[in-house]
Amino acid sequence: MTNLTVHASNARTRARRIALPTRPSLLAGLFLVGLNVVVALAAPLLAPYPPTQPSALDAIEGSSSAHWLGTDQLGRDVLSRVLYGGRYAMLISLSAAVLTVVFGTVLGCLTAYRRGWFDEVLMRILDSVLSVPAILALLVVVTALGSGAPVIILAATIVYCPALIRVVRAAALSVVGLDYVTAARARGEGFWPIMAREIWPNILDVVLVEFAMRASWIMLLVSSLSFLGFGANPPTPDWGLMVSENRSLLTVVPLATIAPIVALATLIVGLNLAADGFAKARGIDRITGGLR
Amino acid sequence: MSVVTEERTGVLAEVSGLSIAYRHGGREIPVLRDVSLSLRAGEALAVVGESGCGKSTLASALVGQLRGGSRVTGGSVRIAGRDILAGDARTVRTLRRQQIGFVPQNAGHSLTPSMRVGAQVGEVLRATRGMDKRGARAEAVRLLAQVRLPEPDKLVDRYPHQLSGGQQQRVAVALALAGQPRLLVLDEPTTGLDVVTQAGVLALFGSLRAALGISLVMVSHDLGAVSAVCERIAVMYAGRVVETGDTRAAFRLPAHPYTRGLLSSVARIAVPGLPAGMPGSVADAQEASGCAFAPRCEFAQDACTTGAAPRLAPVVDGAAADTPRFSACLRQSEVLAAPAWEARVRPPQPRELDEPLLQIKGLTVDYRRRPDPRTGPTVHDVDLTVRRGEVVALVGESGSGKSTIAWTIAGLRRPTSGEIVLRGSEENAEAPADLTRSAARRDPAARRKVQLVFQNAGTSLNPRRTVGDAVLRPLRLRGLRGEQAREERDRVFADVGLEPGHADRFPAQLSGGQQQRVGIARALAGGPALVLADEVVSALDVSLQASVLRLLDDLRDEHELGYLFISHDLAVVRALADRVVVLYLGRVCEEGPIERVFGETNHPYTRLLMDSALATEPGAHEQLTGSDGEPESAPPAAGCAFRNRCAEHIDGLCDRETPPWQELGEGHRIRCHVPVEIGARP
Repeated sequence: MTNLTVHASNARTRARRIALPTRPSLLAGLFLVGLNVVVALAAPLLAPYPPTQPSALDAIEGSSSAHWLGTDQLGRDVLSRVLYGGRYAMLISLSAAVLTVVFGTVLGCLTAYRRGWFDEVLMRILDSVLSVPAILALLVVVTALGSGAPVIILAATIVYCPALIRVVRAAALSVVGLDYVTAARARGEGFWPIMAREIWPNILDVVLVEFAMRASWIMLLVSSLSFLGFGANPPTPDWGLMVSENRSLLTVVPLATIAPIVALATLIVGLNLAADGFAKARGIDRITGGLR
Repeated sequence: MSVVTEERTGVLAEVSGLSIAYRHGGREIPVLRDVSLSLRAGEALAVVGESGCGKSTLASALVGQLRGGSRVTGGSVRIAGRDILAGDARTVRTLRRQQIGFVPQNAGHSLTPSMRVGAQVGEVLRATRGMDKRGARAEAVRLLAQVRLPEPDKLVDRYPHQLSGGQQQRVAVALALAGQPRLLVLDEPTTGLDVVTQAGVLALFGSLRAALGISLVMVSHDLGAVSAVCERIAVMYAGRVVETGDTRAAFRLPAHPYTRGLLSSVARIAVPGLPAGMPGSVADAQEASGCAFAPRCEFAQDACTTGAAPRLAPVVDGAAADTPRFSACLRQSEVLAAPAWEARVRPPQPRELDEPLLQIKGLTVDYRRRPDPRTGPTVHDVDLTVRRGEVVALVGESGSGKSTIAWTIAGLRRPTSGEIVLRGSEENAEAPADLTRSAARRDPAARRKVQLVFQNAGTSLNPRRTVGDAVLRPLRLRGLRGEQAREERDRVFADVGLEPGHADRFPAQLSGGQQQRVGIARALAGGPALVLADEVVSALDVSLQASVLRLLDDLRDEHELGYLFISHDLAVVRALADRVVVLYLGRVCEEGPIERVFGETNHPYTRLLMDSALATEPGAHEQLTGSDGEPESAPPAAGCAFRNRCAEHIDGLCDRETPPWQELGEGHRIRCHVPVEIGARP
């Protein structure tokens, strides 16, 4: 039996830790997203003025020590409105992205696991949903059901779920064929434990990237809706709405239009960098199986 | 070789003092250490060793193409007198184009899937020999014929995915030959091929050498494959050449303990019983001082672990060989004087086996969606019995339905017809279980009695879960929780030779052999009566193969397990199995006790398998002829499935009627129209 004892302490098997995501692009992305979230949460503490308080005397001013980013046509402080402006869109896009990812992952894994007619029918349904442009579908829903936040969240989820299901399905398909899933099926495990234990940890990279991407797209979509007048209602401070309100004064007080755009851009760029960083960090992971 | 011209007397490739290091995690890890070799024109050199010994790095250094992140830390590789690692890109390209052909590992991946094979060969011809389109096509046909592919004029217009694995390998060889190289570097050229195909490809290398007079460097972990082709050998361990010289002499009387260990790890088709193997793995190689092999070496003394690594010294074995032999061992004379490796085989134990465990009758699995009069079902009318404590080997080439049968037994496929019954133990008066149901519909007790062990340990474990977790899961399904489950896990770990400390590791932190042990532990944790072992050792290095085979053998006695042992490797089957069932295209053509099947009288297909396997054993002296035939992809609707490849088939009978069983006694029977007296081995 001596040759059966495996030597445990060799260089290759020395215990190593799971690598932490330390890529610069990921850190930069997470920083930008975190900054936006913190600002939105702490807006009441940071904002120098109430965001919806008009002041006819101060209307349409450039930047000054009293109003760092100037004021808009109703004399509201642009800085305060920018600080508050992300709350509405971020709340909606975060909720919608979480819902999208939850439904998308479960359905994507299920269809990859079940295959057969279930897969066939679901894919055809998704094709038909995918063939409708997102903004158009959203406009129809908002026109029909009103522009309340729950309606927009639900509509965005339905619009973005199909693409996510497809991506997750593709990732899960490459896992369900592997022997460890076969082993789980052979020992009689059902769908939920197989998904949670065998499939999910191995497609987590895809799901994280998709989450960040979807969040940024929904953010843009909701801002576009507000810009078009179907999202946030005046006088709510919202970046999309602010651009819409102030774009006629672009030559007079450019900051009132540019500031919300820059704010939105930092969030979107942050989300994309984070998505990219996750993809790369986990990509390296894939080769070493979660180790460095 | 036959013609010795002025040019051929010279050295074609010379590796001198080559050291290569690979950067990993901020450290430089030496991959090759001070390797020196020379190859004269027309010679064939084999480079052997376990994985991780630097064989592939040496092969890529010979073609001047180092893996990203590696660096030459000393020495040179000169091809036809010019340094291939030092020149500028243009010189290296010219040198490669004019001198070297390379056949990479896994030919299927080295061919472009979107290009016809003729166009791929033609591309090389136009680039290296300046041919026009028409000339290139004609030459491509000639090259494909040279590598003995059937109907080369039709094959040039096929895509790689339309070819079988063996055919893809031949196309890759044709591709390497297209530039008329003088040196052909082959990286694991037969790994993953079936025995018959492997023998055919190896025979091709032999005939190409004779026809073209080119030199070969063949990197392989398969000692049998290289001994069939190469007259010179270099055994590598931990980045160093530890023994080099005449292949036959080295295999007959190894002068280095590592060569000896490798040889004693190989299962032999001619020798019953389990190979001895050697302890440890390459990862144990010490970096500090002395001989890297010392920790695994039975001859090691204190002197072996201090000072510089031993240098290659001439071997004094008294035998006259064409090529002088060198070995890097301080205790060479003791190694040479030690008794031969054959003495250390664990002989097969006689066993009393009565109680049937698994009974399959008339199993048919049909994948076809619509009835097709030209083909038959994938698996047809298979009868199979496994008794408690018995190892039944299911043998056949890829596509013979071995895995389909295993998956059906495991409940992952539904049989089209037939019975599969798992008998309960008679002592405990358990009821028999019907295994034609899918795994999800089986009674949990019946389900856990059947366990699978997979070929590829890497993909059979979830990379994101610890291996302890992989074993705990089946225990949990058995109702064991908490402390109880952990105790049972440690007990199962101990059974397969793992330590409790391994439980917190991830699969990537374990070696291939350890991963396979975890796979076995997971199967044991279910408390099985029947283990379906699907090619469990074919992806492992020989030394690990030997230890896993011994483990399987120990476990069946300890737990009274029945195994259905699926393998295409007859030597491994001979080492472990009690009974053999030979399968061709989903039909059983021969079955019987191991000694009878490996005896004199065989089905023509068994004989083909056996001859191919015998010719590629280490130290085989027979001339390798090899068959170029490959299994058909679909079984015929009627008659004997093997008739198209059978030399003895009877027209009008074999293609119409299903062959009858010919009983030869002791449960040995053959399904063939040709009377066995004629079918006997000459």
